Formats: sequence, structure tokens, C-alpha cells
Amino acid sequence: MPKIRYIEPNGMERDVDVPVGWSVMEGAVKNLVPGIDADCGGACACATCHVYVEPEWLDKIPPKQDMEETMLDFAQDVKPNSRLSCQIQVTAELDGMVIRTPKEQH
Amino acid sequence: MSQRIVIVGAGQAGAQAVATLRAEGFTGDITMIGDEPFPPYQRPPLSKAYLMGTLERARLFLKPETFYRESGCDLVLGTSVRSIDRKSKVVELGDGRTLPYDLLLLATGTRVRRIRCPGADLPGVHYLRGIEDVDGLNAVFHPGRRLCVVGGGYIGLEVAAVAVKHGLDVTVFEALDRVMARAVSQPVSAFFDHVHRAAGVKLLLNTGVEAFEGSGKLEAVRAAGTIYPADIALVGIGVIPNMELAREAGLPCEDGIVVDQNCRTADPAIFAAGDCTWHIGREGACLRLESVENAIDQAKHAAYAMVGTPRIYSEVPWFWSDQYDLKLQIAGLARRTDQIVLRGDAAQRKFAAFHLRNGAVAAVESVNAASEYLVGRKLIAGGARVDAAKLADASVPMKSIG
Ligand SMILES: Cc1cc2nc3c(=O)[nH]c(=O)nc-3n(C[C@H](O)[C@H](O)[C@H](O)COP(=O)(O)OP(=O)(O)OC[C@H]3O[C@@H](n4cnc5c(N)ncnc54)[C@H](O)[C@@H]3O)c2cc1C
Ligand code: FES
Repeated sequence: MPKIRYIEPNGMERDVDVPVGWSVMEGAVKNLVPGIDADCGGACACATCHVYVEPEWLDKIPPKQDMEETMLDFAQDVKPNSRLSCQIQVTAELDGMVIRTPKEQH
Repeated sequence: MSQRIVIVGAGQAGAQAVATLRAEGFTGDITMIGDEPFPPYQRPPLSKAYLMGTLERARLFLKPETFYRESGCDLVLGTSVRSIDRKSKVVELGDGRTLPYDLLLLATGTRVRRIRCPGADLPGVHYLRGIEDVDGLNAVFHPGRRLCVVGGGYIGLEVAAVAVKHGLDVTVFEALDRVMARAVSQPVSAFFDHVHRAAGVKLLLNTGVEAFEGSGKLEAVRAAGTIYPADIALVGIGVIPNMELAREAGLPCEDGIVVDQNCRTADPAIFAAGDCTWHIGREGACLRLESVENAIDQAKHAAYAMVGTPRIYSEVPWFWSDQYDLKLQIAGLARRTDQIVLRGDAAQRKFAAFHLRNGAVAAVESVNAASEYLVGRKLIAGGARVDAAKLADASVPMKSIG
């Protein structure tokens, strides 16, 4: 199973096994990684699953679709490597990917 | 601070309450009692990806089991709460056990409204509220089967969308003159009406179902005097709040358990949150909402009040529905509004309807138009008057308006 590393703003790191096909959001929520609310459960309807993808992994994941792009546009502290974690599907190639969670979702 | 909190109902609101109580520093005991055999799960995917078969059951659960353990929440499943004794502050469980509480949260949700007509008990007539309902439906959800959906609300239409995609032959019966009449405005109804018909759904408006027919199992649906052969019927005609527990304990109920702006009932030790509440909306009128947002936000507010730091619940309600490749997003309440401003092009499957009252946005309904939705939400919260001409002009960026 691919391992995803989640790093919290305070530096706390966690390596989590996430099944292929699940989202990066689910990997966090199902393993009690704090900082991701995911109110809508992955429907791309709430923008409370904002994360930063470590830049070297950005080009390994499919680009944002329109809906994600727009929802993100209104999130807090958006950076070029911001993504909605429910829209990133975990694949074998993403083994070792590093994700940083933001200070807050609102 | 109180020592023992009991939560009745292990659903969206119950799970959120546990998380918020602990985040707010509550250190006493928490027991959550649910009558379903499952820990809290998400219902929205039930009529979407879970029915489609693209999301397995494990992914429905809101929290991992470790969450309840680590939160010190005693999760009692497959057990219902039968009564509340407010005097001695205990709840009685279905198995006869009693459980004392200092503070009680009712997060009992709703149950489906059953249709009352001849044949309503025939095998083949389905409802959709929980995991087990979908599992039952899935067992017969095969390409070529004739599915009759009773009720053109959002659940009926989401099921219709999944079913045609899956190769079923779908007919939707709606008693009113437009689909989703309770949830959306006329232009949005008209759009979804068109989309479903174009996808191959037979949509019968102004057509109430009179009976289910068949010997031993469903074989046909009778509506407006006509017989429609059917293998499966899915009834989605609304829900009823689970408030008997509260009412029998003497708590005031309307179309839901009456709560104040801190989600407190008439008894200072008893709170309620989610689909089961009759609460004061941010515009002053009382209402009941059925949405994930309301369940989450009310649960948070109940928790704030329970730990002694109440905040006023006045969130802008929001909701979404997925049908085909379309995301419908709604914020606010389109009640007593006096102007509709349309933006974008329904033919391009990307548009929004803003509902104004005295020149300010009271609600927005958007289809595949997230910036309209998000700016709309901000405008609703802010309450300022807007320039309707600018709002209608899709060449003016939404960000410059809100
Ligand atoms: C098919 C479907 C699709 C939906 N899609 C969307 C959507 O796209 N977007 C959206 O915002 N909302 C959607 N909703 C609505 C959303 O799921 C609900 O608003 C939300 O689940 C409400 O949460 P709740 O905690 O109030 O109630 P629930 O999640 O229903 O939880 C209440 C729980 O309490 C239990 N209970 C009741 N009485 C007792 C008792 N006496 N003792 C013990 N347990 C009891 C119930 O069995 C239930 O498990 C959908 C709902 C359904 C059914
Ligand atoms: S979980 Fe709601 S947008 Fe990602």
C-alpha cells in the first residue's frame, strides 16, 4: 500500500498507508491526521480539505479540474502547491508523497 | 463542568459532537448510542457513489474506530434509546438498561416517510435512508430492470441518474408540477427536468402514484389510472423527524424538536442537533433543515453550549447534490425573495440563480459554478445590497462582486 507522509504545521509527521483509489483526504481522516475537516466527505463541495503538496510531487498528480480550482481560490492561505485533498486519488506512483496540512481550514 | 454526556443517535451530528466536545476540552464521560449496527457514516454517497458501486462500504464511515477509543467515547451500537426520565436524568435503552446523564444530546435524525397506498408492502418497493437500504436495492439494481422512482426530490433524482447510467429503464413519478419543488426554484427545476429527460429518464409530473400491483412481488405501478410495468420501485417522498423520544419526555416539538439558538431544548440539560431539530433560522423564522452542514454546525454549537461557552447558531445553510456530471450547490434560503438574477448559461450546463430580497442576496443556487456559489455564500452572510446588473453579467468576475 502506498505510504503518504502528512506533516502538521507544528512539524509533527505521520506516515500512513493509504489504499490505492482512496483520496489523500481519506488517508488523513481515517488515520486521525488533524487539520482536515472534510465536511462534505469528498464531494468537492466544502473546501475544508485544503492541503499543500510538497512541490516535487506536484507534477506526479493529475492537474486540478475546474471545480477544485475555483473552490480553492476561496480557501485560506492558498499557495501554488495548494490542493483539495479529496480530489487527489492515491496511486502506486504516489508512494512516499509528502503532504502538509494548513493551520486552519476556514 | 458536567461529568457525563450521553448522545442519542450515532450519525453525522453525533460524531461531530464527540469531536467538538473533546476539542473544546470536555474531559468527562461520553456515551453515544445508535440503533443502527454501524458507527456513524455519511449518507450522501448512499444515493451517489455507493449505489453506483464505485465507493466501498469502508469508505462511508465518518471516523475510524480508533477515534472513538482515543476520544474515550463509549459507542453503543444496535441499541435504541426508548425513553428519557428527565427527573432522575437517566435514559432507558431498548434492552432495559438505564444510563445516567448530566447533559443529553438528541441527534436522532429522521426516518423515511412511508407511502400509504395499496401494495405498499410488496417486496420490490424500496426506500433509501441507510446502508442496509442500499444493499437491498443493489441486489436488484441490474441493467435492463424497470425502475419506478416515486418522488422527484433530490434523492429520487440522484437515484434516477445513477440508474440510467447503470442501464436501468427509469420512470420518475412526481405529484407536483416540477421536480425538486421543495428544494430549488423554478429555473433550476426546469434545468434538471431537461437534463433527466435528455439522459433517457421518463419524467411524469403532476402524477401521483395510486398503487403498487403484483402477486407476491411488485409487478407494476399504477399512476393517474395508467399501469406502468415495474421490477423495482424506489420511494423518496420525504422524511419525518425522530422526535417521539423528546415529545414523550414532555419537550416541545413542532416539525422537529424545538431548540434555541444554542441548540438547547426547553430542558437546560437536553440539547438537540441535526435533521431532528426545529430551530430558529438566521432570518428569524423557525425551520427544520436536512443537510450535512446543519448537522455538523448544530452539533458544534450544542457542544459549545454543553462545555459552557455557548455561541449563537446563525450559519448560512448550504447543501449540494450530484446528478450526472452536474454539481448543484445551494446556499441560503430562497424564501420571501422578490427578485431572481440568472447568471451564466443553462445550455452550457454552468449557471447560477441568485435570489434577492430588498436588493441583497438571500440565496444562491449554482450548477457547476463554484465561484457563484462561494461568492454568493459570502454575500448572503454579509447581507449588503448588490448591483443586480453586474451580478447578471457573466463577464464581470464574481470575485469583483463579493
Ligand atoms: C440518500 C441520502 C442522500 C443525502 N445527500 C445529501 C447531500 O448530498 N448533501 C447534504 O448536505 N445532505 C445529504 N443528505 C442529508 C444528510 O445525510 C443528513 O442531513 C444528515 O445525515 C443528518 O445527520 P443527523 O446526525 O441529524 O442524522 P442521521 O445521520 O440520520 O443520524 C441519526 C441517527 O440516530 C439514530 N436514532 C434515531 N433514533 C434513535 C434512538 N431512539 N436511539 C438510538 N438511535 C437513534 C438513527 O437511526 C440514525 O442512525 C442525504 C441523506 C440521504 C438519506
Ligand atoms: S472534502 Fe469537501 S471539498 Fe474536499
